[in-house]
Amino acid sequence: MARKSLLEKLEILADAAKYDASCASSGGQKRNSKDGRGLGSSGGAGICHAYAPDGRCISLLKILMTNFCIYDCAYCVNRVSSRVERARFTVEEVVHLTIEFYRRNYIEGLFLSSGIIKSPDDTMADMVRIARTLREQENFRGYIHLKTIPDASPDLIDEAGRWADRLSINVELPTEKGLTDYAPEKSASEIKQAMAFVKTQGEAAKEKTFRGRKAKRFAPAGQSTQMIVGADGANDASILTNASTLYSGYGLRRVYYSAFSPIPDAAKMLPLIRPPLQREHRLYQADWLMRFYGFDAKEIAPKTGMLDLEVDPKLAWALGHREQFPVDVNRATKEMLLRVPGFGTRSVQRIIAARKHRTLRYEDLLAIGCVLKHAQPFITLPGWTPRMLDAENLRAKFAPAPEQLSLF
Amino acid sequence: MLALQGVRAEDVLWRVGEGGGDLFGSSGAAPVGQPIELRLHKDAISCLETALYHSDPERFARGYALILRLAKGEVRWGDRSDAMLNKVLHQERAVRRDVHKMHAFVRFREVTPQGANRRAFAAWFEPEHPIVEKAVPFFAKRFGDMDWIIKTPTITARFEKGDLLLEETRDLTPPPEDATEDLWRAYFANIFNPARLMVSAMTSEMPKKYWKNLPEARLIPELIRTAPARAIAMQEAMPTIPPQRAAKITETLRKPEGMGDLTLETLKPALDACRRCPIGCHATQGVAGAGRRDARLMVVGEQPGDQEDLAGRPFVGPAGQKFDACAQVAGLDRKDAYVTNAVKHFKFEPRGKRRLHSRPNNSEIDHCKWWLDFERQEVKPDLIVAMGATAAYALTGSGDRLLARRGKIERGADGANVLITLHPSYLLRIPDPARQAKAERQLSADLRQAMDWFG
Repeated sequence: MARKSLLEKLEILADAAKYDASCASSGGQKRNSKDGRGLGSSGGAGICHAYAPDGRCISLLKILMTNFCIYDCAYCVNRVSSRVERARFTVEEVVHLTIEFYRRNYIEGLFLSSGIIKSPDDTMADMVRIARTLREQENFRGYIHLKTIPDASPDLIDEAGRWADRLSINVELPTEKGLTDYAPEKSASEIKQAMAFVKTQGEAAKEKTFRGRKAKRFAPAGQSTQMIVGADGANDASILTNASTLYSGYGLRRVYYSAFSPIPDAAKMLPLIRPPLQREHRLYQADWLMRFYGFDAKEIAPKTGMLDLEVDPKLAWALGHREQFPVDVNRATKEMLLRVPGFGTRSVQRIIAARKHRTLRYEDLLAIGCVLKHAQPFITLPGWTPRMLDAENLRAKFAPAPEQLSLF
Repeated sequence: MLALQGVRAEDVLWRVGEGGGDLFGSSGAAPVGQPIELRLHKDAISCLETALYHSDPERFARGYALILRLAKGEVRWGDRSDAMLNKVLHQERAVRRDVHKMHAFVRFREVTPQGANRRAFAAWFEPEHPIVEKAVPFFAKRFGDMDWIIKTPTITARFEKGDLLLEETRDLTPPPEDATEDLWRAYFANIFNPARLMVSAMTSEMPKKYWKNLPEARLIPELIRTAPARAIAMQEAMPTIPPQRAAKITETLRKPEGMGDLTLETLKPALDACRRCPIGCHATQGVAGAGRRDARLMVVGEQPGDQEDLAGRPFVGPAGQKFDACAQVAGLDRKDAYVTNAVKHFKFEPRGKRRLHSRPNNSEIDHCKWWLDFERQEVKPDLIVAMGATAAYALTGSGDRLLARRGKIERGADGANVLITLHPSYLLRIPDPARQAKAERQLSADLRQAMDWFG
């Protein structure tokens, strides 16, 4: 077998990494290289340096260290039983790519993931070596996200947290049953134990000792996770319940939902359909409602268990709870304003700030940035009287016009 | 300055550059009026400063007029119903976006001269607004250990040996291509998933006007054109036969670890896997008891809490600390006992970023009793302290009227000696300090009684 060039390896190992949704480079420690002795800066909002035609941002160099893998997860293109072409980067190659891309302002940093070679510990140790080389040898001060291998030893996860800004451990599938069926080598409990470890280490690192000394650094940008949507039979209700369990338990910054996408050389047990992108989008909206709008997972998921694909979950909730509307914009509590369709968190802040000074009129809402098309039936204030709130066909006003089903 | 002299907004003519000459209009000095004291909100100042980078020729005039109106109280900062203020806010946003896009889309090419000890890079960029001055300090912070030049059609920023300089652009040719761009294009092409084609999502964030200076953008039309066919090809491809080595690797990995005999040492993994009741799959892990396996005293609590669930060890959270404090008063060293819970998994309700403890029901306690009985069988304690109603129920079959029963030794269903007492987390929930102290004394006294029982 001829040795692969760096370009060939990059093609294989970038291709293998594209199913991971996360690309965030935000949060974490504020650093820069003003002193002239290092490269890079981070902290605050991350920057998306490019966008691929799939609409996803490219912020980090997202690659696999290797796509050789001893596990056999049905949904994964790199599973041991797949015939996909394999490659493996050396430590130096990953460091070289990261630094050279960074110097040209292509990226914010590195997002390194890997197939499992030899053992979880061996693989994790190699990944940690890459992060350490970047930090210690190259004085790299950009962002590093390491995909952590859940069954790696705590010492290795601990060291990973020293060099990385963010760690993430994928729960992979929304239910334990899904995981057992599709990823037989993985264990839900081990994944959660690793998340628990990352959470406790992260909290310990934030505390100061009684002498005011700072504890050692541990993944200042926290941890995140990803679950694949549409590969197993889990419905949206169980996905959202699981997500809220994860948020409450492990201090996750984000749960990413990744619509299961057909992969080259797919396993037989999986649906080879177009990725359910609209469903993924609705789940993200629901996730936002849980984190910033005070909604509970149980409220958002309808009785059918599946989110409405045609209207967004907030609007769907309002349509189902019309007795709570119309909301008096000048008097309602913040909690209730947040539940009005078309009002974002920022609009609500602005409404509350503005109504301290005077009574708001309908025209003001436009300048404030509310989406009035959505809000109209659900609000009342001077200059506006809602109609249609009781109308049978209110939902039809928002849902897209029916389309003939595609024959393909 | 102008405001201090009371110059009216409509008497000032603002111009940029050399054309025109006189700032105050051709008639000489503007009429001076009542001086105005300027006091602006700090958000207003930074916003106005940013908005002045907009390319709109009216920006200075509008900014000045707005400052005067703000100072006179004619408009309140943040009131978006005011057209002028709204316009400034919008322009500020446009400038911030343009700065952000410059930070994102500048592409450096290496131009290090032979033998230089500092690497050098150059870029050509065309911002929408005259923002170079505002945008480049970011690059100085980020690329501190290299020299770089960013040329724009009007201004060039130069960073050499740590010093940042701005000058007029003389040479309008972009720097030559860089070999690393081939690697970058390879990355761009391969990170794209053709099954998820969403062109408008891309163009809304990376508008076409930026494409000509992005080395990767030339690939986009071809990637879009071939995407549907590539996606269909993936769907239609037949599943392949796994390579031979796969079966061997999978077989070694999936060899059942042989649960073997259950002992106190193998209890933890067995608990992790327990799904006899629905609590198991929500918790992180099972929490087994800890302590001496030949302990004569066993202490049983309710269930692991948030911290126990994360750590995998019993009584490490606030209730555990309370227990330790009471045990110390009673002269009991936790290490000499075997400490465990009636229920081995944490039952909770998620609430935002926290998990609220919820009480296990009788059926869950009954299911979990199997594990508690196993621990009892292995440790064979002479006396068991049941802390709280759950433990009392698990050990005696009744969890009722705990306060009336506390401090007494009962006989369990299977003849065990069970001393009933309060649960330390109950103590933590008592709001009144005096009552809490009393309950603490009761728990300590009961633990003391357990110690005395051994004589």
